[in-house]
Amino acid sequence: MSLALSDITLTYPDGDTRLTALDQVSLDVPQGSLAAVVGPSGSGKSSLLAVAATLITPDAGTVTIDGQNTAGLTRGELTGLRRHKIGIVFQQPNLLPSLTAAEQLQVMTQIDGRDPRTARDRAMELLHAVGLADQAGRRPHQLSGGQRQRVNIARALMNDPTVLLVDEPTSALDHERGGAVLDLITRLTHQQATATIVVTHDRTHLTAVDQIAEVHDGRVHLTATNR
Amino acid sequence: MGQYRFHRRKGQAKVVFVAWRDLQFAKGRFALMGAVIVLITLLVGLLSGLTAGLGQRNISAITSLPADKIAFQAPSGGQDLSYSDSTVTEQQWKMWSKAPGVESAEPLGITTTKATAGDKSTGVSVFGVKPNSRLAPQGGKITGSAVVMSTAAAADLGVQAGDSLTLAGRQLKVTAVADNAHFSHTPVIWTSLDLWQKTTPPTSTDHGPTATVIALSTTSEADTAATDHQAGTRTVSTEDSLSAIGSYTSENGSLQLMRGFLFAISALVIGAFFTVWTIQRSGDVAVLKALGASTANLLKDALGQAVVLLVGGTLIGTGIAAALGALVAGSAVPFLLTPATVLSPAVVIIILGALGAALSIRRITSVDPLTALGSAR
Repeated sequence: MSLALSDITLTYPDGDTRLTALDQVSLDVPQGSLAAVVGPSGSGKSSLLAVAATLITPDAGTVTIDGQNTAGLTRGELTGLRRHKIGIVFQQPNLLPSLTAAEQLQVMTQIDGRDPRTARDRAMELLHAVGLADQAGRRPHQLSGGQRQRVNIARALMNDPTVLLVDEPTSALDHERGGAVLDLITRLTHQQATATIVVTHDRTHLTAVDQIAEVHDGRVHLTATNR
Repeated sequence: MGQYRFHRRKGQAKVVFVAWRDLQFAKGRFALMGAVIVLITLLVGLLSGLTAGLGQRNISAITSLPADKIAFQAPSGGQDLSYSDSTVTEQQWKMWSKAPGVESAEPLGITTTKATAGDKSTGVSVFGVKPNSRLAPQGGKITGSAVVMSTAAAADLGVQAGDSLTLAGRQLKVTAVADNAHFSHTPVIWTSLDLWQKTTPPTSTDHGPTATVIALSTTSEADTAATDHQAGTRTVSTEDSLSAIGSYTSENGSLQLMRGFLFAISALVIGAFFTVWTIQRSGDVAVLKALGASTANLLKDALGQAVVLLVGGTLIGTGIAAALGALVAGSAVPFLLTPATVLSPAVVIIILGALGAALSIRRITSVDPLTALGSAR
């Protein structure tokens, strides 16, 4: 299993008590498959994504990424794991204002300690895959919302991650462009063979996903599986 | 556990990609800050040159003495040493000349008076020395009626070797013009000790010839404390004796204080700029951390940016200060243009600025990558 969440429990302090955000949640996502996590606001979707991204350590349960149990890894090791194994597509594109579209991708090699100039070909290949090869030299303010979101997706794939975590990718897009972005994520999941989780509140474009996990009050119910 | 381990890569420290792009992208902001660094460096550079130049006009006659120690009359009542208050006797310099480890002990009389030549007059410091003394340039040319003048004194009076001048009512002949020595902001004229005694106000001592201090050349065997005790003097190194020049101490202290404040201000201004800049880009930092950037690399990136800005601004400021210094160096403005007066302030500004920036950007360590999830940028 490329991504496995097993019996995850996560609580937050809430005054004198603790609020349970995730209650013994388990979710397995194989390589090359797409799981959609849906649910109302405050249900625990974002917490689930943050745990899978190793940005939050759960109170109980294990997160396994590409066969590696993340429990007990140091902060530096978790950072390295994110760098090499996890791609994150943020809800908002979160692009760096000073970088062009190609450089947004090349910066991932800097993060990995390599010279970003050596990664130009790979960046162009991914921008071509998301249909933005001709926009490589443009900065974020020169791109449309949909184009920025596609750069965001391409950036997440730059270091060939095993796991792709996508946070509300359609929240800032209209229906048509939202559908196109989810189609793109589905296609790239299969092409790049990633274990992908898409967190979304929008159920209208979920026909191509492999499994749907409904989150309610911190608990997960698998409601549909295409495989 | 521990199966996934990471190793530092060779080029990890070299890359300053985002920082460099930020510098190019936010040109206006960085140009403004760079201009502030240029102006502060220029100000510090000019102040350093002026401080050194003014200092030179206060002390050069003392620092150029072929002596490693200066013996003063031991001050009474806990007073500080002072060139203007000290009076030593012949008995004292004879005692010093016989002391073990003392190669030479020569009396030096110092007083300030007015010199006149034709229709020109100027204030001068009269340095009285014994005939053939090493303390004066071309000391062999000094007699009871012949003096050696510093170049500045000769220029002020418009005289040269062979001309005459009047010093404290006495007609004297200039036998040589040498060295550009100053003491307490006046150019120096070297005379015989006998003549000096006639130009200086009478002292209360009745022990025969007197001088102001004794210039000593000593070896490591010299026991200055014992000889001081015996002779009733107090001896300090030539360098330490500079604090006994009243005008130098107060003037140099004020200028150094201004320089110190400017250094502190530059560190504060640079620190404040990078504090605001780091707060503004904390969203970017959170995103980079979430994507897997290590805090150490982000700190290097940010510090590299600060150093690029500091070095660039400081080099320009130093260049302008050196150019202005070179323009005024030959004029009446006492500006000393040396590597020490130009480069050392630049190095201090870079070091203090980098420290200020380092303190500001350390907040990068506290940025939580979790904030990148769900944030709108």
